[in-house]
Amino acid sequence: MQIFSNTHYDFIKWRWHAIILSALVILAGAVMVVQRGLPLGIDFSGGTIVVYHFDKPVTEDAIRTAIESVPGEKVVQQYGKPGENSYSIRLPQVQGREEGFSLEEDARKLEAAVKAANIGTFTQISREVVGPAIGKDLQKKGLWATLFSILGITAYIALRFRLTFALGAIAATFHDILVTLAFLVFFGYDLSLNVIAALLTITGYSVNDTIVIFDRVRENMHTMRRDDLEKVVNESVNQTLGRTLITAGTTFLSVLALYLFGGEVLKGFAFTMLVGIISGTYSTIFIAAAVAILMSRRAAGLPAGAAAVASQAAGSSQAAGTTARPVSGGKKSATRSQRKANVR
Amino acid sequence: MKNLKWKLLTIVGVIVFAAAMIYPPFDTPGHRGRISLGLDLKGGVQLVLRVKTDEALLYTSEDAAERLRLELREKNIAGPTITVPGPTRIVVAGVPPAMESAFRALADAQPGLAAQYNRTPGGTGFTFELKPNVRETLRTQAVEQALQTVERRVNALGVSEPIVAPYGTAGDQILVQLPGVNDPDQVKRLIGTTALLELKIVEAGPSSSQEALLQSSGGAVPPEMEVVTGADRSNPGSLSYYLVRKVAPVTGRDLSNARASVDENNLPAVAFSMNRAGAIKFGKLTGDNIGKPMAVILDHRVETVATIQGKITDNGQIFGNFTSQDVADMSLMLRSGALPAGLTYLEERTVGPTLGADSIRAGVTASLGGLALVAIFMLVYYKLSGTNAILSIVLNLLILLAFMAMAGAVMTLPGVAGFILTIGMGVDSNVLIFERIKEELAAGKGPRAAVAAGFDRVFWTIVDTHIASLVAAAFLFQFGTGPIRGFATTLVFGLLSNVFTAVFVSRTLFEFILSRREQPQSLSI
Repeated sequence: MQIFSNTHYDFIKWRWHAIILSALVILAGAVMVVQRGLPLGIDFSGGTIVVYHFDKPVTEDAIRTAIESVPGEKVVQQYGKPGENSYSIRLPQVQGREEGFSLEEDARKLEAAVKAANIGTFTQISREVVGPAIGKDLQKKGLWATLFSILGITAYIALRFRLTFALGAIAATFHDILVTLAFLVFFGYDLSLNVIAALLTITGYSVNDTIVIFDRVRENMHTMRRDDLEKVVNESVNQTLGRTLITAGTTFLSVLALYLFGGEVLKGFAFTMLVGIISGTYSTIFIAAAVAILMSRRAAGLPAGAAAVASQAAGSSQAAGTTARPVSGGKKSATRSQRKANVR
Repeated sequence: MKNLKWKLLTIVGVIVFAAAMIYPPFDTPGHRGRISLGLDLKGGVQLVLRVKTDEALLYTSEDAAERLRLELREKNIAGPTITVPGPTRIVVAGVPPAMESAFRALADAQPGLAAQYNRTPGGTGFTFELKPNVRETLRTQAVEQALQTVERRVNALGVSEPIVAPYGTAGDQILVQLPGVNDPDQVKRLIGTTALLELKIVEAGPSSSQEALLQSSGGAVPPEMEVVTGADRSNPGSLSYYLVRKVAPVTGRDLSNARASVDENNLPAVAFSMNRAGAIKFGKLTGDNIGKPMAVILDHRVETVATIQGKITDNGQIFGNFTSQDVADMSLMLRSGALPAGLTYLEERTVGPTLGADSIRAGVTASLGGLALVAIFMLVYYKLSGTNAILSIVLNLLILLAFMAMAGAVMTLPGVAGFILTIGMGVDSNVLIFERIKEELAAGKGPRAAVAAGFDRVFWTIVDTHIASLVAAAFLFQFGTGPIRGFATTLVFGLLSNVFTAVFVSRTLFEFILSRREQPQSLSI
C-alpha cells in the first residue's frame, strides 16, 4: 500500500497563500487576546479552583446562585462527563491579599456557601489554590523556557545545516506556537502549566518535521546540482510527504485517544497537541522551506526568482565537511566516482 | 551471521534486564512497586511555602541590639538609645561625644556585632548595617532550618512517603508533598505555626488596655520592650496586655522535650523539660526573679502567667484554656523545634483519591487505545513489516519504564502523556525508515540493499530530530515543577530508548527475517 508516492505538488507556489492564511489566523487570535486578555489559568494568574462531586444531579445555575454571595468573578463549569455530577468553580485572585494563611479563604467560603444553599450533598475532589507570587514566577519561567528551547534548537540546526535553514525552522516554530495559542483562545482553553508543556512539545515536534525535510534538501542538493533551490526544496517536500502525513496521522491518532479517554485533567494538554500537530505539519510543508528559500536568496543577495544552487551546494558540502556528516555526502561521492570509473 | 546472533542476544538481554528492573511495577499490598506514582495519581496534598527570611534577619538584629543594651547597662553607660528600624539595621543614637571612643571599643568587643555588621557614624551615634554576605548566610540558614523543622513535623504526622524539599529558584521556597492526606487545613496549621516559645519576666501588666499598661512608662513603648497580649482568664473574651522585653532569656531552643499532660485542675496542659544549657539559663532567670510573674509566650501570645515561687531549672508547664487536640499539636510543634522565621503559603493543591484513580484509569485507557490505533495502522499500511515497528515500539515503552524505575522517577499524569508521545515518536522513526526502504525498493534495489540503504540514509535524520527534541525537553525539565518535570523526564528517556529501538532493534529484526530466506526477492512492506 502506498499513499502520496511520487507526488509532484508545487507547494512552493502556494507559499504566499499559506503565509497569508496563517497571518489571518494569528491576527484573529491576537484580536481576541487584545479584547479579552490572555486567558491565563490559575497556575499563572493565581486564584482558586475547587471541584465538587455531587451525589445527585444539580444544575450549573443552582451552583451559581448558591455562591452568589462569595465576592469575585466566579466561573462554574461542568467537570468531566455530563453524568458525573462534578463541577469546577474558579475564583480569581483577590487583589491585595498577597499570601499567607488566608490563601484558602476563598475555597472555604465557596464550600460554606454551597453547603448553606442545600442543593445536595457533595464531596470536594480537588482543590487548587495558587498565590500570585508563584504565578508571576511561573510566567517568567515559562517565557524563558520557551525562548531558550527555541534558541537551543536554532543553534543546533545552524550548526548541522546552515543559518538560513535555522531561520526557516524558527519561523515555522513561532508560527506553530502562535497558531496553537490562537486556537486555544478560540476554543476557550486556559493557559495552564500542562498547556505550556504541550506547547514546548509542539516546538520539538515541529522542528522534528522541519529537520526531516531539510535533511532531504541537503541530500538532494548533491544530486540536483543544476536545479534551482526552489525546485530542490519542492522535490524534497514531495519526497517526504508520505512520511510527514503518516507520522502526523499516527501521532494525531494517539493524541486523539488521549483527548477522548485521557480524562478532564489532560484535556487542555491533548487539545493543544492536536492543534499543534496539524499546525506543525502544515508549517513544515508550507512555511519552513519557503522562509528558508527567502532567507537564502537574501543572504546570496539575489532578487526573487533567481537562485544559485551551485554556490549553495558548495556551502552545504562545506558545512557537511566541518560537521563530519558521514552518510549521504561521503557515500554518494564514492558511488559517483565509482560510476565514473565504470564509464571509463 | 555470527554478528546477527550477537545482536539478537543483545536485544534479548536488554528485554530481560528491563523486565527485571521494572518488576513489580506498581504498589501491591505488602510490596513496594518500582515506579512510584505522583500526587496527581495517588491523591494527596501539595504545598509550596515561602520562608520569611527577613524575620530571621530581624531576630538576629533584635538579639544583637539587646546584647548591646545589656552590655551598656552593665558598664553603667546611660544615654544612648538603641533601636532596630529594619531587619538589617541597628541604630544607636544619643552617644555623648566624650563617650564615643569608649562606645566604639565596647561595640568592637561584641563578637556578633563586630563580625556581622558594618558600622558607620551618623548623627549623634552610629548605624550598624548587616553585612551582605552575612545576610545571605542567615537567609540560607533560615531556609535550611525551616526545611528541617517542617520535615520533623511532617514525619511526626505519620504520613507515608512525604516529600519535603527546596523548591524554585528564589532560594526561599519549600515544597511539601503529602500523599494520602485529604485535609490540608490541619496540616497547614501544624506546618506553618512558628511555635516560638519564649519565657519572659512580666515587666508591667496585666492591664486591660495598652494605654493603661503604658501609663507608667509615659505612654510610649520603650525601644527594648514590646507589648504582648493573652486571653484574660477572669474576663472571658477580652484580652490582657503585658509589657515584656523583646528578647527572651529562655526560648524553645532550650527545650529537650515537650509532651501532653494535665495541670493541677486536671485540664490538658503541655509539660516541657529543659536541656542542659536551657536548665542553666532557666535556673538563673527564675533564681533572679523570685516573686515576680513570668509569662510563657507562644508565637507572641501569652499562654500562661505564673508567679515564680522558687528557682526552677529543669521543667515547667504551659496551661490555659486548651483542648486535648491543642495540647497534642502544641507539644508536637515544640518538640520539632521552632521555625527560624514565619512561613507563608504560596500554593496549595489537593487531589482527592477518587480523582487520582480516575486519572490512572483514563491514562491507561488512552495509552492502550493510542497503541492499538497505531498498531492497526502499521499492520494495514506496512503489512508484515508493521510487526517490526510494533515490536520496536513496545520494547521502547518497556525500556522507558525500566529507565524510570532505575532513576527513581515519579509517574505523573503528564508523564502518561509523555508515554503516548513516545509511542508517536517511535512510529515516526519507523515510518521514516520504512518510507525510505520503499523508495529504495522502487528505485530497483533488492530487499537487502534497500533495507541497508534505508537505515543508513535515515540514521542522521533520526539523530538530528532526536537531539532537537532533547533540547526542548531539557528546557522543559529546567523550567518544570513537579508534574511537568515528570513529563520532561519521560520524554527524555523515551527519546533515548527510541534511538536504540528504532535504529538497532528494528534493523536487526529486518536482517533476521531476511537472513532466513536464501535469495529474498521481495519484502512485505
